[in-house]
Amino acid sequence: MSAPVMLLGAVAVGCVVAAHLLARASWPRRSPAIAIALWQALGLGWGVATVGALAGFWASGLRPRSGIGLPSVAAAAASAPRLLLRMGTAERAWGVMTALRASSLIAGILLLALLWWILLAAVAAVLRARQRQRALLCLLAHDDPKVPGALVVDHPAAAAYCVPGLRSAIVISAGTLALLDQAELAAVLAHERAHLRARHDLVLLPFTALLRAFRWSAVARDANREVALLVEMMADDRARRRRPARELATALLRVGVSGGGLAPVGALAITGGASARGEMGVVPAGAAGSGRTCSSPAPVGARPDSPRGRAMDGELAARVTRLLKPPPGLPVLAMILLGAASAMLVLAPAIALLLPL
Amino acid sequence: MNRLGELERAIMDVLWESPDAMTVRQVGNCLTDRDLAHTTVMTVLDRLTKKGFVRRKRAGRAWRYRPAESREAYVAELMLTAFDQTGDRQAALTRFARSVSGSEADALRTALESLSTGGTGSRS
Repeated sequence: MSAPVMLLGAVAVGCVVAAHLLARASWPRRSPAIAIALWQALGLGWGVATVGALAGFWASGLRPRSGIGLPSVAAAAASAPRLLLRMGTAERAWGVMTALRASSLIAGILLLALLWWILLAAVAAVLRARQRQRALLCLLAHDDPKVPGALVVDHPAAAAYCVPGLRSAIVISAGTLALLDQAELAAVLAHERAHLRARHDLVLLPFTALLRAFRWSAVARDANREVALLVEMMADDRARRRRPARELATALLRVGVSGGGLAPVGALAITGGASARGEMGVVPAGAAGSGRTCSSPAPVGARPDSPRGRAMDGELAARVTRLLKPPPGLPVLAMILLGAASAMLVLAPAIALLLPL
Repeated sequence: MNRLGELERAIMDVLWESPDAMTVRQVGNCLTDRDLAHTTVMTVLDRLTKKGFVRRKRAGRAWRYRPAESREAYVAELMLTAFDQTGDRQAALTRFARSVSGSEADALRTALESLSTGGTGSRS
């Protein structure tokens, strides 16, 4: 096995290990933007390195002295049919190694196709879902002077979110309007606007797509959760430039402990006529915490003290603490090193693939 | 929102208010803008039917229209599909804040109280 292939394999494995470590590190909260850049580099680097290693393994078998560069792969591909024919006429027997290399190539091609496919499928799904949201908002939502520029939906639970895209929207539930005061509502709007302006949906899209494809992978789940949290912190930081941090903090806390959840009690069946409140198990905003784990990623019925519940609670507390006591930024040297590491992760495998080494 | 969107909304409101299925004429009568042509109302009802928000049944010579789901059901769908329970983002980006419960919620409530009383305090 040639050295470049081994290097790519090491990079691929290293990316997974680094992702595992990064998900548990505490420095990202001090500089979310750099941490997100590193996450993106890890994801992209892993993809390129894995595909490259698989393809390179195959290519290095056909022409042992060539590198893994794309030109070499192309040349190897050109000679492959001839080689296969010769193998068929017993000039070179099919050994275990050859079978392994062939499988490696197929695996590489499949992985590449899979990665592109999941990205496109995720984009299509998101666009469809946004279209449906906009159609429903057109019929159901209305303006309210308390939240200028946002749409209000008559739902008792406390929830606020934004629908990104070309025709973006900020949606506030009626429960939220009842729960928060004017200043807190302004802070919520500033936070959601920050998401829209910075196009955080584009940042999150690859990770959402990765999670859909590798749902079983703990690393994919961790990556998704961490990047989502970092994105929230970035929006908090931007909102804090326009509104006092304390208003955003109290808004977060009020919504968080309002107990207004959207967890469906049973199957997600929406039948006409049934009151949404009864069927969906909705607790109106402001109700004292009923001990329910509402809207948590854990399955309905999980005990509130489950580890998943604890991790989530930590996220809200972490954001509030960060708002009230901003942590010191990372030292400049650390930022430079991290930036360089991210760039290397992306460039090195790409260069290795393009040059005949 | 454009005129067509406003009309669709107004007509859905009328349909949601009524317990029974309605004909085009009945819908037109309930709308505040009585100058709307009968054909306009019918066109919008057709669009809503094609989009799946309205169902219609033939009753004699006329069609009777009713909403496909209740307003509450659509509101619930709106909120629930913005982001599904497994955390996969759908149409929306992320919720502003996820709900917490249990002992952690109590801790956060304490923090909230100390924050609220520490400064300007009173809320409307």
